Amino acid sequence: MSSSAERFDEKARRAFSRYGRTVVHRGELLRHPVYTRVLHWSVAITFILSLLSGFAIYSPWLYRWLTPLFGGGPMTRFLHPWFGLAFDIAFLFQFLNWFAPMRWVESDRRWMRRFRSYVSNREKVEAEDVGFFNGGQKLYFWLIAGSAVLFLITGFLLWFDDVIPRWVVAVSYVLHDIAALVMLAGFIIHIYEGTAAQPGTFQSMTNGTVTEDWAWTHHPAWYGEVTGRDARQDYEQARDRDIERPDSDV
Amino acid sequence: MAVPRTMQIQEISAHPGPVPGKGTQRAVQVCKYIDVTTCIGCKACEVACVEWNDHPFRETTFNDTYQTMPSTEWNYWNLIKFAEHERDGNLMWLMRKDQCMHCEDPGCLRACPADGAIIKYENGIVDFQQENCIGCGYCISGCPFDIPKFNQQTKKVFKCTLCSDRVGQGLEPACIKACPTGCLHFGTKEEMVQIAHSRAHQLKTQSGFANAGVYNPESIGGTHVIYVLHDITQPGLYGGLPANPVIPPSYTVWKWLAKPTGLLMAVLGIFAVFFHRITIGPKLPQPEAVPVVEEHPDEVEAARKEKP
Repeated sequence: MSSSAERFDEKARRAFSRYGRTVVHRGELLRHPVYTRVLHWSVAITFILSLLSGFAIYSPWLYRWLTPLFGGGPMTRFLHPWFGLAFDIAFLFQFLNWFAPMRWVESDRRWMRRFRSYVSNREKVEAEDVGFFNGGQKLYFWLIAGSAVLFLITGFLLWFDDVIPRWVVAVSYVLHDIAALVMLAGFIIHIYEGTAAQPGTFQSMTNGTVTEDWAWTHHPAWYGEVTGRDARQDYEQARDRDIERPDSDV
Repeated sequence: MAVPRTMQIQEISAHPGPVPGKGTQRAVQVCKYIDVTTCIGCKACEVACVEWNDHPFRETTFNDTYQTMPSTEWNYWNLIKFAEHERDGNLMWLMRKDQCMHCEDPGCLRACPADGAIIKYENGIVDFQQENCIGCGYCISGCPFDIPKFNQQTKKVFKCTLCSDRVGQGLEPACIKACPTGCLHFGTKEEMVQIAHSRAHQLKTQSGFANAGVYNPESIGGTHVIYVLHDITQPGLYGGLPANPVIPPSYTVWKWLAKPTGLLMAVLGIFAVFFHRITIGPKLPQPEAVPVVEEHPDEVEAARKEKP
């Protein structure tokens, strides 16, 4: 990533932190600063609008259900490319913001190998080498990045399909929908993981903070980085304390 | 464009479920037969089309030919394409009336994502319903003949209706009525194909056109507008008529196979995460606020019942 993009991102982060606020309570850690949260929700809102308006046109079974949300068929057709463009622009900024922490490293490959035990919840706490983002989160990020590029190219071809050669349009149409399905699959998992599957995660994107025990459970290496303490040790200490005093409020 | 009550609908674009009233009426397949060899390029059909459909008069384009404009337009549905061709040292002046071919398997209808924007009648006519059109333009890419045209002001697509309003009342299309040479014919598909073949045979045996033949491409299930050409092996000479018109295969595969599969996967995905929560459960920050008493009580319960 070029340094000018990094400088821009740093400036934006500081500007947003001046106007917005993140309150970190005792026992909590800062996870996502104001700028990241604003970007995340800009991407989320434009993505959901694109998804619903796109799915209205995607399938005859959804056409009559979803087009009324946007004021009918022609309006849905008119709005969808603009939602998509807004999504791509929002995601571009998020890409700059998250490019560095999303870099694929050796520990992510190890995480992918543990995928099955992660899904089946066999381990109560994550392995010690899991940093700010785990392998699954990074995979989702790069899937979106790839899909966003594919959406942008094929989307423009479909937007002006009355002047683009018909074979190009026919192929774009398929690629556009494949990108949508890939993203939808990731999106369903993303929402589940961010809410019901991992209590305590959602507040990281609203308040911007997580509890310390959340951090040593899900991202031990990151916990170590920001606190300077050992995640495993702190967890075991807390656990032994609880066993000694099972009736105490935690 | 009101739907004439006398014409039964056979297919509706992007319509979930069956077509209402399909098969309740007998319907004769209609067909327009154009004998290219007796067309004199008078353009009476062009004028009749503009007049019957109340299209505004518009500017023409001079392109060193007699052709009115380079291609059909959203409000100019009928155009004679003029082409010059040299055969055995002589000049042949080819004139072909270009319009919607009303395919048996219409690519426009296949590609259309808007419920009811394109319909096909039992009699074979393919008609656009602009009030249901969302202006996406997919039909343009679905058509092998480059017929549907986009109106930038209204964001709707238009094309020849085969005068569905006239045919529904038992009349012939306006272009047919206006033709002075009798090179345009209208009737049942069966009749027209028969007449066209006998004309092609005549051209072969009596006029020295060994390659004369009927253009009714099977690659799209046949068309409801058929031509007799001097040379059926070179349809491209007649203003770019495709020899083997096809709907892009991606539309077929994607619409009938991949789209339902994709939707099913989405629904299964939602079920999967829901039942993941119910069965395997959440990952709580450790240690859990209330310490774990028993890890798998349901398994213990099951084992207890087995051994009374």
